[in-house]
Amino acid sequence: MNTVVAKLQRQFQDYLVSLYQQGFLDNQFTELRKLQDEGTPDFVAEVVSLFFDDCSKLINSMSRSLERPENVDFKQVDSGVHQLKGSSSSVGARRVKNVCISFKECCDVQNREGCLRCLQQVDYEYKMLKTKLQDLFNLEKQIVQAGGAIPQVNIN
Amino acid sequence: MASDGGVSCLRRSEMMSVGIGGIDSPPLDVDEVHVLAVDDSLVDRIVIERLLRITSCKVTAVDSGWRALEFLGIDNEKASAELDRLKVDLIITDYCMPGMTGYELLKKIKESSSFRQVPVVIMSSENVITRIDRCLEEGAEDFLLKPVKLADVKRLRNYLTRDVQVSNGNKRKLPEDSPPLTLSHDSSDSSPPPSTLSPDSSDSSSPPLSPVEIFSSPLLSPLDDEDDDVLTSSPESTPSPVRRQKMRSPGLD
Repeated sequence: MNTVVAKLQRQFQDYLVSLYQQGFLDNQFTELRKLQDEGTPDFVAEVVSLFFDDCSKLINSMSRSLERPENVDFKQVDSGVHQLKGSSSSVGARRVKNVCISFKECCDVQNREGCLRCLQQVDYEYKMLKTKLQDLFNLEKQIVQAGGAIPQVNIN
Repeated sequence: MASDGGVSCLRRSEMMSVGIGGIDSPPLDVDEVHVLAVDDSLVDRIVIERLLRITSCKVTAVDSGWRALEFLGIDNEKASAELDRLKVDLIITDYCMPGMTGYELLKKIKESSSFRQVPVVIMSSENVITRIDRCLEEGAEDFLLKPVKLADVKRLRNYLTRDVQVSNGNKRKLPEDSPPLTLSHDSSDSSPPPSTLSPDSSDSSSPPLSPVEIFSSPLLSPLDDEDDDVLTSSPESTPSPVRRQKMRSPGLD
């Protein structure tokens, strides 16, 4: 029983560290984890879930704004990118945030093609992160179900 | 867990009510620190609310400057019959918001006789010196660079309950306020329980000095901006530190 928990905890730890090392997450995700405890075991999962909902909504509306080449609402796109950059920064979604930086630059010079590329990239990145975090949260659940505690993971 | 009596687990329904406007808040215990948080981003509202609750604050989170004014009762001539319920010890607001910016909200609060004494903290994802200075000049108490961290909120919480209102307006840091936080392993930071020294807040009278504040040594190092680096401690973030100047305490003109 103990070895099962220990193995799962090890898996969890390694996986989480790898997400940081591969640049999916940054320090702000660590900050979010600090806000979670036994009383609020789903806090991080709930916040990132809201973030992913946000991503989906914003990407859809920006996509509509970019749709017709002759009539792009760059102000709307810029507003969407700003919001996306903000929320990705708040949850520690590093890759998503970095795409937003490039995205903003394309928007500033009204480069529709560039914006479309960034839009595609940001869509890819958030979905990738969503999958990764799903796996992480599943590991967490397994640990708890096996009677173990979620390890505190020291990054850096 | 935060001993603020608030619900600690964020259920969907609770998050939605936070998202909509959170105007209806339950009657407040006078000893609890009550913070009004203003941010148009739902994700940020959830995070700031949690950050504040974990540091034992009661929180009302709204999604716009207009809702904030509405909540405070500033936007109309409503009599202050409900002022007791609207005890607000700190207002923390995002800068970039559609409609009314945090700066505009700050100005309106400072123009209000009932609320000008309430410290206002501005949050922004952009480290623009002119923006920071403008807010501080308008009377903002502090400026936080987003993303906001637990250390930032803890620092705010500390100066709320141990603000040394001496006649020359200098604010002194007590020894227990100073150490910058390093990346802690501990996800359950044991923040001190709500201080019994917290000022008895009727609206605009300056809080009485607590015994701790009265007897604090004058040899303590004066307030400095040494803990700027706490704000930008993340290795990922842009390196330029936030330059802040603590302006005179609002209301002590």
